[in-house]
Amino acid sequence: MAQMTMIQAITDAMRVELKRDENILLFGEDVGKNGGVFRATEGLQAEFGEDRVFDTPLAESGIGGLAIGLGLTGFRPIMEVQFFGFVFEVFDSIAAQMARMRYRSGGKYHSPVTIRSPFGGGVKTPELHADSLEGLMAQTPGVKVVIPATPYDAKGLLISAIRDNDPVVFLEHMKLYRSFRGEVPEGEYTIELGKADVKREGKDISIITYGAMVHSSLKAAEELAKEGIEAEVIDLRTISPIDIDTILASVEKTNRAIVVQEAQIQAGIAANVVAEITERAILSLEAPVLRVAAPDTVFPFASAEDVWLPGYKEIVEKAKKVINF
Amino acid sequence: MKGRGERTMMKSKTLEQVENQFETFQILNEEGEVVNEAAMPNLSDEQLQELMRRMVYTRIWDQRAISLNRQGRLGFYAPVAGQEASMLGSHFALEKQDWILPGYRDIPQIVFHGVTLEQAFLWSRGHFKGGQMPDGVNVLMPQIIIGAQIIQAAGVALGLKRKNTNTVAITYTGDGGASQGDFYEGINFAGAFAAPAIFVVQNNRFAISTPVEKQSAAKTIAQKAVAAGIHGVQVDGMDVLAVYAATLEARERGLRGDGPTLIETLTYRYGPHTMAGDDPTRYRTSDLDDEWEKKDPLVRFRKFLEKKSLWSEAQENEVVEQAKEDIKVAIKKADGAPKQKVTDLIGFMYETLPQNLQEQMEEYKAKESK
Repeated sequence: MAQMTMIQAITDAMRVELKRDENILLFGEDVGKNGGVFRATEGLQAEFGEDRVFDTPLAESGIGGLAIGLGLTGFRPIMEVQFFGFVFEVFDSIAAQMARMRYRSGGKYHSPVTIRSPFGGGVKTPELHADSLEGLMAQTPGVKVVIPATPYDAKGLLISAIRDNDPVVFLEHMKLYRSFRGEVPEGEYTIELGKADVKREGKDISIITYGAMVHSSLKAAEELAKEGIEAEVIDLRTISPIDIDTILASVEKTNRAIVVQEAQIQAGIAANVVAEITERAILSLEAPVLRVAAPDTVFPFASAEDVWLPGYKEIVEKAKKVINF
Repeated sequence: MKGRGERTMMKSKTLEQVENQFETFQILNEEGEVVNEAAMPNLSDEQLQELMRRMVYTRIWDQRAISLNRQGRLGFYAPVAGQEASMLGSHFALEKQDWILPGYRDIPQIVFHGVTLEQAFLWSRGHFKGGQMPDGVNVLMPQIIIGAQIIQAAGVALGLKRKNTNTVAITYTGDGGASQGDFYEGINFAGAFAAPAIFVVQNNRFAISTPVEKQSAAKTIAQKAVAAGIHGVQVDGMDVLAVYAATLEARERGLRGDGPTLIETLTYRYGPHTMAGDDPTRYRTSDLDDEWEKKDPLVRFRKFLEKKSLWSEAQENEVVEQAKEDIKVAIKKADGAPKQKVTDLIGFMYETLPQNLQEQMEEYKAKESK
């Protein structure tokens, strides 16, 4: 097994799939010769040719329309939105068009599109690059939303996303692209969409999270362990639909939970997780389910990220609050 | 009263030169006389009659649809009377395997491409069967988001090119639609990829109540093709032969690998914008209506065919009766469509239902079996 960064695992997943199925096309702004602004598509045009991996004009909405049209003619598009803050330009194509294609045609047509896009704070990007907008997508019937936190998960989930016959929004946290390496098997393997992963077992409290907050939660769990609190960390991996069974199994064991997200408290999907737990496991709860999230302001100016983004300290604090409720 | 443009702008030479590139292409005048013999398309007598048959059929269908809508037997309906030449002349230039991405008004094109009248009526009522396009009929469901069909057409056209299908994609929008971002993006993408797409802008002078002059200071919509670096042509949209010829040429251009074409058809809708309470007397003068009624595409093509002894009152009546009968049968069939259930709707969401919908499916199955 190779040691890879998350971005290498993502490139590897696309290479595996481009090789497997000639109907897979990869396109977006600067994904061709340039290999992508983060090198996610590095070497792919050279290997598979300009007909398979190509640049587009600078227009997100047009890219979405291109993906829908190519999908209707038998291709399997992987389209890139350079930064997910630019999704507003292509919101109609994703949320009002490809998400509804199967339904509005009564099953006659579908949109086998994977939308790859980087997001996430902590790397001091300029405005509207890092915003966590997954909540908007999670509220859209017809799309699935996947957010990996490790190189291993990224590859297996991206291969599954590409093979899915319905649109999948695949969000890649910029801070996780190169921050560490992990074991990634060679060749193809898949991870089922809609399945969470217990990243750390524990018996005292469930920390349910996704994206970069998985790592902050794991760090928080280490801190809590020093004080004798064993936290179970659940990485949702797919945030729409969420894996209710895994969440319930954990909460019914620990009887306590917090939900951790990088998005503002009024955004993201934490409220949905809390609602599901409350509806399905209230009798198991020793305390209310609390949330760790960012303040309800616009994403911070770059030099204010440190004071704004949730981190492991907030997670430790909130976990203790639930424990001591 | 002076127009807005005249009041505020002196035309530059550059602008005038651009506008002069987009003179209206016409073959038949209002009297049904051929004014451009050189451009006359090569159509057999039978084809000419078929074109007339389709236009008459559509006019009757429009009248019946308006009446059925008023009786509450149809739902959403956007009238088409006046646009028969624009819609059916352009459609007539297509081949069976070509793709159509219609707007919400463009039902006649998809019906003559193979969608059944019954389905068109079910779409109007809001039933999933209205979207289940028959196998081998390459059309999308009518698009409600104005402009979305344009960017999607660029994608379909690129797909057709990459699959070497020797077919094209055609899409339609209105004069108002040409103000949307997706309109520009769609024609620009198709141009950049030299994709075989035909973009038809049916300029009926009004977007609901907003006249075309308030959409843009551009004198023609056809000249917007310049922004994409593609071929653009303005056509008399009340002249079925001109619309046919322009579309045929655009199709050939696409198949040659010379990229997309933007066709502006100058047309008019005699009815309201939709049947959902729009009242055109609030924004249209009867003078303007009279002026455009003289340009009626059926009148001039009828005259043209009669002079060639290719059309008679008896033939026309036969089409009228056929249309009425077909509509009666179709609406009856539509009445027989099964009532929609929530479990149907859930079933159409994904290939494999996610956990939340599996649960809801069970819930509604239980409800529906009571």
